[in-house]
Amino acid sequence: MGELIKLDLKKKTLREVNDLLQNLDPKSNLRNYLVTNPTGNHAVCAGLKDEMEVLVKGHVGYYCAGMNQKALITIEGNVGTGVAENMMSGTVHVKGNASQSAGATAHGGTLIIDGNASSRCGISMKGIDIIVKGSVGHMSAFMAQAGNMVICGDAGEALGDSLYEAKLFVRGTVKSLGADCEEKKISKKDMEILKSLLKKANIKNFDANDFKMYGSARKLYNFNIDNVSEY
Amino acid sequence: MCGIVGIYLKNKKLSKDLGKYLTGMMQGMATRGPDSAGFAIYSENKKSKEYKYSVCLLNNYSFNTFKKIITKKFKNLKIKQHSDHVILTSDSDPKKIVSFISTELKEASLVGYGKSIEIFKQVGNPIDVIKNFQLDKFSGTHAIGHTRMATESAITTNGSHPYSTGQDECLVHNGSLSNHNNLRRKLLKQGQSFDSENDTEVAAGYVSNSLSNKKSLKETLVNGLKDLDGFYTFITGTREGFAIVRDEIACKPAVIAETKDYVAIASEFQAMAHLPGVNTAKIFEPEPGVVYSWGN
Repeated sequence: MGELIKLDLKKKTLREVNDLLQNLDPKSNLRNYLVTNPTGNHAVCAGLKDEMEVLVKGHVGYYCAGMNQKALITIEGNVGTGVAENMMSGTVHVKGNASQSAGATAHGGTLIIDGNASSRCGISMKGIDIIVKGSVGHMSAFMAQAGNMVICGDAGEALGDSLYEAKLFVRGTVKSLGADCEEKKISKKDMEILKSLLKKANIKNFDANDFKMYGSARKLYNFNIDNVSEY
Repeated sequence: MCGIVGIYLKNKKLSKDLGKYLTGMMQGMATRGPDSAGFAIYSENKKSKEYKYSVCLLNNYSFNTFKKIITKKFKNLKIKQHSDHVILTSDSDPKKIVSFISTELKEASLVGYGKSIEIFKQVGNPIDVIKNFQLDKFSGTHAIGHTRMATESAITTNGSHPYSTGQDECLVHNGSLSNHNNLRRKLLKQGQSFDSENDTEVAAGYVSNSLSNKKSLKETLVNGLKDLDGFYTFITGTREGFAIVRDEIACKPAVIAETKDYVAIASEFQAMAHLPGVNTAKIFEPEPGVVYSWGN
């Protein structure tokens, strides 16, 4: 990973820091960065597209790590609206709480939130794995199309409303299920997915057997069983 | 869009820095509301009979003319100019002063009054507005601010927040109401008066009306969840403290930072990043449809 390069947002502009991280020389082995003093700025580490490790120390604003590809971004603090929105691959790890719409529309990668996530977590997710160690707010996984969401705490109102083929695992209580979302039997394959996600997030204190799974009742959209492999 | 901020000091030793803290918070929210800005500062008033009146001089109305007229009418009046605003302090009957300003002085508008509140609001970028009023020099117990991106009514001083519709009360709003015209008619019948066509003023009037009916601030805002239709995050101030509530869909953001010294509220964290000890504060988002209050 090479030496650790420090980027202080008190000394450099956000645009300079993002520009540097977005355009790493493919031949360079400098892949280890520390970003300090984010002071709630928006779009910190948005649009990274290469393998690298970035540690952000402090609280950030909206759309942090948005559109991420390949990078491992860790935020030692809270994040605002839309962390890792539209992520394609890589990992985003939030050590604090996340505001609304965490992981919105994301196609891939892994989002780990150590604290709680607010409303609309995983809204319209399209393949991302989201693991929340705390609870999520209302309308989470709204119109979620593909991917997995693991909630170690509780889920707010209308979980999985208008759900497509994403899988939702909840350990705590669900305040209410949204339209067309229902509890499903956990198959062996689902259990493997859940266990691998718990492992990925380094969660050892919760037993996979304590989770319930929710999925789509498939009445709201025209589901064709012949296309199941596409989801 | 709009930005809202509030700070309540638990540690009274910090009171001289209140204006400085609020200045940074309003600067942080300038991008959310570049059209106009306003703030309310509460400070302890030891003289129990004295009232303070925040008056805005309209259309470049001369301070000296205003001073001449008002001091002729009322004796023992203290008068202080802040940009296009004037703070009057007097122990005369508040009804007489309020009525004189609203009927006799067409070029002066009473922004608010009470025993501890001072309110300032002005059209323009918040960065300039807070400079014009020298907000950083103010001290006090708690304060509320607003930066406005006008959506619902014109960019004017009386379309700016905070709205004060009762003694020592004020309200700032991020969002828009959809049933304000109907509610305004109902409140007018109950004796509440309004100075603008603005939706937020109706919410402020709703709170004042309920408080005057001896309801607590918390009870008022809980009832408001049923009666006020639309999108909102409100911060409401009273002499004792403030409260925040978000509508149940929670479209409009808010974040709270609490330390042993203060409680700070803002639309976005970046408005609080400069506050001392904020990185180790308890930081959380107010849950939708839940009233949080301090000091009340």
